[in-house]
Amino acid sequence: MAIDIYKINPEFRDIMPKEIIDLEENATWAQNQKKPRGIKEMPDTKEILEEHSLCAGCPEAAALRYVLAALPKPEETIIVNSTGCTSLMFPHIALHTVHSLFGNQNAVATGIKRVLDWRFPDIEKDVVVLAGDGATVDIGLDYTLQSFFRQENITTICFDNEVYANTGGQESGATPKGQVFKMAPTGKKFEKVKMWELATTAGCHYTMNMTASAPKAVAKAVREAILVAREIGPTFLNIYTPCILEIGLSANEGLGEMKDQDKDRFASYKFVSPEAEEFLKKCKAEGKL
Amino acid sequence: MANQGPAYYSPYPAAIYEGVITPPEGKALLLEEVVDEEIAMREIAKQMLTKENATIFPGPQVLYGYNDEAKKKATLIKEMAEVLNANMIPMYDYRPKYPKIDAEIEINPNHPNLTIWHNNIKAAIFIGVHCHYANVALKMVRCETDCYTIAICGLSGHEDAMATLRDQHSSELEKFIKIAREVKAELKL
Ligand SMILES: Cc1ncc(C[n+]2csc(CCOP(=O)(O)OP(=O)(O)O)c2C)c(N)n1
Ligand code: SF4
Ligand SMILES: [Mg+2]
Repeated sequence: MAIDIYKINPEFRDIMPKEIIDLEENATWAQNQKKPRGIKEMPDTKEILEEHSLCAGCPEAAALRYVLAALPKPEETIIVNSTGCTSLMFPHIALHTVHSLFGNQNAVATGIKRVLDWRFPDIEKDVVVLAGDGATVDIGLDYTLQSFFRQENITTICFDNEVYANTGGQESGATPKGQVFKMAPTGKKFEKVKMWELATTAGCHYTMNMTASAPKAVAKAVREAILVAREIGPTFLNIYTPCILEIGLSANEGLGEMKDQDKDRFASYKFVSPEAEEFLKKCKAEGKL
Repeated sequence: MANQGPAYYSPYPAAIYEGVITPPEGKALLLEEVVDEEIAMREIAKQMLTKENATIFPGPQVLYGYNDEAKKKATLIKEMAEVLNANMIPMYDYRPKYPKIDAEIEINPNHPNLTIWHNNIKAAIFIGVHCHYANVALKMVRCETDCYTIAICGLSGHEDAMATLRDQHSSELEKFIKIAREVKAELKL
């Protein structure tokens, strides 16, 4: 079965909209089967439908494309997502995803990864969590940290837009101090939670805090984090994808905002454990990176 | 237009509140009446062959070739469309599409009536649509249009359709196609 779930029966090709045919032919896994691909191939491939349901110009949509383009083995990957703006994109891609109850993503991913390893001992299967900051830093914090403590072989990616965007703008633990939102009118009273530091302390072998301003940097981090998770243990990426709607920017201003924050709240943080460092060197020598 | 349902939950007057329930195993449903499968198949074929712009809406369970049964059904549905002289419009996924849905080339459960109004469809078959989405779409179509809806369902059927066949797999589709050919010949079409 696997990726056949996205293969259109030939009898119906003539009635399917072109965008769906394109997605099947040029999806992440379809291209990957011909030759391993990455960020450079993005102009010729299609990870997500153009008419996805995020706001026009939302950096989450661009960041998701970089993540998908960087998956080492998309056809053997399952993405576990949580409720929020991030999850609105998943019906518009051609890749296996599981929508978990809000906050439960790392617990669900743990179960999936363990069963896959038991069921397919000879095939490397990657399980990647992709959730918002509300799901990761607040409501799912317990499950997220517990999965790090247990050294689960999963990669966790947080699309940190510093707000509960999908429910109209409440503050989250990741919101910076003093920030006012429509539904947080008095301003945030405490500092932004440094989730990346918690992740390192909790046992992640590869942790980064970054913005999605540079596609190549995001792709490199995703690929390395997934390879490390496969062999060594949990990995965590905190990626700033600003909610342009809630902070009052227009569709073309997301990139500028991310570039500004590269020097501020999202100034690069990177932790790689000694085992992970050793392993990544080996991957490089073998041409996997 | 939409009324408040008896449970004050569904905005549409659902068939279940009028006492209509899905047919028992081995039977079919025509409007409110439980009938033999063959009788329903004949009526369905007649409706599709005689109503304006009859259309089949294949859903994800038959559009994508994820197992042998889905592949077999795809071939049979294509044949069925030819026998019934019906158009086909896919319901390939269930996402809400805003701001615009192209009613000429697709139907989705969030705005099924738009596609039916736009194309002036007077008889329609839903097949391969996941039950929970078929339930939503059929309620809206029942309430907002005068389209004769037909559910060809692999499970227990849909009381909100005007006609429902249950437990329909490839062997049952073959039977339906055979009956449809006979009806077509009788109607001299
Ligand atoms: C168990 C549960 N609690 C609460 C909600 C309501 N809810 C839906 S989306 C959301 C906010 C998501 O925020 P975040 O994780 O930061 O994602 P974003 O929308 O910002 O991308 C909340 C609280 C829910 N769907 N399920
Ligand atoms: S509300 Fe914010 S995070 Fe959600 S899609 Fe719009 S811009 Fe993106
Ligand atoms: Mg958020």
